Amino acid sequence: MHPFAPAMIRRLWRTAALGVAASLLAGCGKSTTASAPAGDHAPQVFRFANGTEPQDIDPQVISGVPEFHLVMALFDGLVIPDPKDLHPIPGLASSWEVSPDGITYTFHLRDNLKWSDGVPITTDDVLTSWKRMISPKVASEYAYLIYNFVKGAKDYYEGRETDFSKVGFSAPDSKTVVVTLNSPTPFLINIIADHYAWSILPIHTLLKFGALTDRSTQWTKPGNFVGSGPFMLKEWIQEEKIVVVRNPNYWDAANVKLDEVDFIPTEDISGEERMFRAGQLDITNEVPDSKIEVYKREHPELLHLDPFLGTYFYRCNVARPPLNDKRVRQALAIAIDREEITRDIRKGGEKPAYAISYPGDAGYTPKARISGTLDDARRLLAEAGYPGGKGMPTLQILYNTAESHKQIAEALQEMWRTRLGVATELVNQEWKVYMDNQHAINFQLERTGWIADYADPHVFLEIWETGNGNNDTNWGSPAYDQLLKDALHAKDTAERYGYYQKMDAILVDECPILPIYYYSRRYLMSPKVRGFWPNVLDIHPFKYIYLEN
Amino acid sequence: MIRFVTQRLLQTIPVIWVILTATFFMIRFVPGGPFTAERAVSPEIMRNLEAHYGMNKPLYRQYLDYCASVLHGDLGPSFKYPTRSVNEIIAEKLPVSVELGLISLCVALVIGLPLGVLAAVRRNSWVDYLCSSFALFGVCIPTFVMGPLMILVFAIHFGWFNASGWYSPIDRVLPSLTLGLVYAAYVARLTRGGMLEVLSQDYIRTARAKGAGEVRVILKHALRGGLTPVVSFLGPAIAGIVTGSFVIETIFQIPGIGREFVNSAFNRDYTLVLGTVILYAGFLIGMNLVVDVVQVWMNPRLKFE
Repeated sequence: MHPFAPAMIRRLWRTAALGVAASLLAGCGKSTTASAPAGDHAPQVFRFANGTEPQDIDPQVISGVPEFHLVMALFDGLVIPDPKDLHPIPGLASSWEVSPDGITYTFHLRDNLKWSDGVPITTDDVLTSWKRMISPKVASEYAYLIYNFVKGAKDYYEGRETDFSKVGFSAPDSKTVVVTLNSPTPFLINIIADHYAWSILPIHTLLKFGALTDRSTQWTKPGNFVGSGPFMLKEWIQEEKIVVVRNPNYWDAANVKLDEVDFIPTEDISGEERMFRAGQLDITNEVPDSKIEVYKREHPELLHLDPFLGTYFYRCNVARPPLNDKRVRQALAIAIDREEITRDIRKGGEKPAYAISYPGDAGYTPKARISGTLDDARRLLAEAGYPGGKGMPTLQILYNTAESHKQIAEALQEMWRTRLGVATELVNQEWKVYMDNQHAINFQLERTGWIADYADPHVFLEIWETGNGNNDTNWGSPAYDQLLKDALHAKDTAERYGYYQKMDAILVDECPILPIYYYSRRYLMSPKVRGFWPNVLDIHPFKYIYLEN
Repeated sequence: MIRFVTQRLLQTIPVIWVILTATFFMIRFVPGGPFTAERAVSPEIMRNLEAHYGMNKPLYRQYLDYCASVLHGDLGPSFKYPTRSVNEIIAEKLPVSVELGLISLCVALVIGLPLGVLAAVRRNSWVDYLCSSFALFGVCIPTFVMGPLMILVFAIHFGWFNASGWYSPIDRVLPSLTLGLVYAAYVARLTRGGMLEVLSQDYIRTARAKGAGEVRVILKHALRGGLTPVVSFLGPAIAGIVTGSFVIETIFQIPGIGREFVNSAFNRDYTLVLGTVILYAGFLIGMNLVVDVVQVWMNPRLKFE
């Protein structure tokens, strides 16, 4: 036997590694977190994988999901989403009423509300925050979530009105805020609960570090930052971690269970999975495609595949032949085997999509669905002048460079080739180049997706309005546009959803987009985590989460 | 020598200026911009965003403004991180990359130099073959294979280290070993080559003939000349290693400047792209100058000119 038996090699390695470790540090353990203040119980530290490094935490300047997670820990809205089913529940406002005509919303602030520095939260903070949100100088990317709905707000944003008191915001007394809308917008309360565009900011702190409408000042830095949420900012080391700790001044502080949340940036999803395995994270942000099957087999208790309010689909550029012919688009839509894509390629809990709208979204399920046999598809193609695909020019499929999109594009290429005789070629581009081409509608077929900001079917249907900034298909229909307007003026939800059914039917018939699947939220989570309920918007307020030891 | 260094430093200014100008216009002509996103920003919001960053001015005006601000030592605000300036980002992240780079460099030299010398001295023996195979492995196995492998074995299987992160000193071990081994391999190969060439020179034979011990011959006489190729390699290598490794920093989730160098281009964070390019160019030029000075010192046949 060789003198270096495996046990000896292991011993040598251990000695060597310990030597290196000891020379580098004296008594410094492998830990990712500073210990939280000692109490009579073990400190509850939740280590949360947060994807990419957040841009900032000013809710009026940010635009991404990692930023949203931070805002959820550091701010409370007037209303907040219920952690289980997301229906709006009281936040900073203890109650609210909507006028019978659906135009006026009245919010009543709680008593004794305080910012994390102890300063009272006032109606003035509320109104001034919204004023800042629609100030052109701040250039907030989500300003439209206010100015599209609130009376006079668009004029104010575009400078046609400079008097803020003409905008539909008012505070009749020190505890009441009234919002007046252009038209009844039944889902507005969901936007206020689910989206940070309506956040309330600590105006006294903002003014300490600059003018109200300065886009970027130092007010969000640790030490300066003041918030209204269950946690407050303690530490932010770029690309390393962001630490938030309990806010003793939070109105519901007694019910907050975690002592600390560590937001760990995890840009590399393979690295993130390794960190989870090494015990550095309680929850991941993603799961690598290649690991889904492994976890299903070996650790199903750690793998979570939850429904997620988003649709993966292909856009058709309806201005370019041959996709200007609706029959060609219908044939392509029918010939996609969606079951095969979700079952054999994605494998991560995604569901086949036969319409753009998400089934069960706020109680709405589209009745229209893409249907038909392969014979129907071939007949449609023949009617369009391409029997068996003959004479049809090669179609280009544009997607952003990523293995997962490539796999689906290849599957579609094969399905269309063998079933319809239609030839396609794949073109992949770097994200921003691809986005540029999408918004310039410079493609024939383009893979894309749409994730809802709030739970309402409106999210998936409004973008197909003629000329909408996110339509990007050259498709439009006056009938469709009229239905969208009618829906916003509907007297109740049943009537509104009736209009949406008609809109979904138009989309299924016209096929400017080819729905493929509904997303799922894929992550790994330690079995110790409690107070975390799957929901379609993937919103999990930190105030309810705790760890069972 | 002072004249030489001053002259070279003066030459640096136009070089940096050319690099800055080329980068400024190239990044502007790449499709997509800092605000290109999946959700189209409405035209009125886009106008306000562009006004905030001065992008509503003509391009030449933006270029002149940028040059003026660089002359004042201000690399401008970042587009991606609204409340951070490029100066702040570099100040925060460069030290991390420098730390990682210097430790890796030590690893590279401590492992690479002895191996190279040993291989050259015991040429064509099993020692040489062993050292050369190590070098070949080090050069061939990319860091994106070596890194995850190290993590799987030492962090996940044995549990000695964190899988990723930059929290405590022990977190420096795996990334600097991964990065250092690649450079160690190059250093070993170059040292072996340099030493072989020197060991066959007449003055080495003379030294031996005069009765100098083998250790003295190698360390005192041969090494100085034998290291010349290593030194010319180390110049650009140091500039590269201390300005960050994108792959290592991504695999080990290290908050260094290497990731910004790459991600800023993906984000079209114009000012951050320029800032990191200027930084890298400055380092590269500086290190090449140091190499030239060191080489003259090491090789008496060269002169400053």
